[in-house]
Amino acid sequence: MAISRDQVLHVARLARLDLSDEEVERLTDELGAILDAVSKVAELDLADVPPTSHPLDLVNAWADDEPHQSLPLDAVFANAPAREDDLFRVPPTA
Amino acid sequence: MSALVDTARLTAENAIALVERGEISAAELHAAYLDAIGERDGELHAFLRTVAEPEGASIPIALKDVISTKGVETTAGSRILAGYTPVFDATVAARCKASGLTLLGKTNTDEFAMGSSTENSAYGPSHNPWDPSRVPGGSGGGTAAAVSGGLAPWGLGSDTGGSIKQPSALCGNVGLRPTYGTVSRFGVVAFASSLDQVGPVAKTVRDTALLYRIISGRDPADSTTVDLPSPVELPQGERLDGVRIGVPRQAVALEAIEPGVRAEFERSLELAAELGAEVAECDLPLSFDYGLPCYYLIAPAEASSNLARYDGVRYGPRSEGATYREMVERTRDEGFGAEPKRRIMLGTYALSAGYYDAYYGQAQKVRTLIGREHAEAFEQFDVLATPTSPTVAFPIGEKAADPLAMYACDLLTIPSCLAGLPGLNVPCGLSDGLPVGLQLIGPQFAENTLFRVGYALEQALGLDLVPGRLR
Repeated sequence: MAISRDQVLHVARLARLDLSDEEVERLTDELGAILDAVSKVAELDLADVPPTSHPLDLVNAWADDEPHQSLPLDAVFANAPAREDDLFRVPPTA
Repeated sequence: MSALVDTARLTAENAIALVERGEISAAELHAAYLDAIGERDGELHAFLRTVAEPEGASIPIALKDVISTKGVETTAGSRILAGYTPVFDATVAARCKASGLTLLGKTNTDEFAMGSSTENSAYGPSHNPWDPSRVPGGSGGGTAAAVSGGLAPWGLGSDTGGSIKQPSALCGNVGLRPTYGTVSRFGVVAFASSLDQVGPVAKTVRDTALLYRIISGRDPADSTTVDLPSPVELPQGERLDGVRIGVPRQAVALEAIEPGVRAEFERSLELAAELGAEVAECDLPLSFDYGLPCYYLIAPAEASSNLARYDGVRYGPRSEGATYREMVERTRDEGFGAEPKRRIMLGTYALSAGYYDAYYGQAQKVRTLIGREHAEAFEQFDVLATPTSPTVAFPIGEKAADPLAMYACDLLTIPSCLAGLPGLNVPCGLSDGLPVGLQLIGPQFAENTLFRVGYALEQALGLDLVPGRLR
């Protein structure tokens, strides 16, 4: 198997997913099968090949640093689950 | 009202002409499509929601539900965005509005555009108008089903690895995945940002070109966009003299291609030759063997990063938790469906310490080689041709439990996406009464060439692409 249950739990913590036991079990199998398939890329010797992160030969696109109208705060908070004054309210961090 | 026009046959170009001549008003046309939706969308489920009060003086358009629409709920097919009502328009939605197009509604999609059948939508699958027991393809199956079912004259989709081209093939539409960077993604729900492109889906090649003209061009709000090097031309020539069409040997050798698909594909190549094109085999030695694994490392890696924003803080439903972390982890577990979770996990793993170079880094290098071998092929050819999908529309449920079988649907569409190249699906025949699609790939910014070749073939083929059930 390409990935262990402990690795799945570790990755779920990194990805902030509170997976159920059933999900952990299923994902261990599925990710194992998918990783076996995608590991095919390791067959190629690519030591001298540069990576591609973007398909166009673009260099930085600069914008002039000019002030412009931002969204009004009521629009920013329009979809928020919880607002307190001009802040997003969340549970305590610890 | 729907007696005024036959929405199953009306092209966007003809609809625009009717409105301009004053033979029908924009409001009447909008209402005619809403009537068609009322009649047939109970069965097809192409739309997640419709808009009753049109704003605009031209014809209607359907937008995939990954495209933000001010004041109209936008969910990307996910529970984690249930109730999310954008406070601004995506640039493509704004450009459609500026052209007078009326928003007909938001179309169904696999959750976060991840899938090839729409079965991953949190709101239930869409159905293929040619045979409702079959999928319309995905992820943009809602737009594809709407256009081929006569529920919208045209629409926009988004394509990461085939989500415009493959459903267009399965539903008998024309669909363009444009050159990377030619259409703004501002306000479009992000999946894999080095791959995502928005593009048109329509009944004809000319309609597709017309809609591409409306949405394309640089947008200061999306720094990856560029201006088109030349204006979009509406194709009109019926000959293909001098056009060099390359057929990748390694693509047509794939056993996954059904005999019926192969037969229609080969017939369209013969037709292209009769129209004057030079058709010859070419080699893309790595693209079709390594494209799929390369894509399924790069796309999930980028998705795991893009989907990190769904944390129950700024928008979307929130699950209860005693601490911030518990709230975030529960919100994400309850909000995401199985496919986004699979890809977030796969992508997070591929980017994690100790695995980055072997998976993500290696895939980025494979991507370089896939780009290079396409560039070499275009030294000898103007366009490349393959079937778009190895199969016709498959029964709902057939691949739903097997992620790898579903991923293989995009075997033929993925390589050119990795290379940032434009691809056009053109219907090229029927197999067992279901549409077969031809994929035309061009060099970057060669959309006009694709439209020219697609139009000539479309005219020569003269297919009736109204599903038999609607004739």
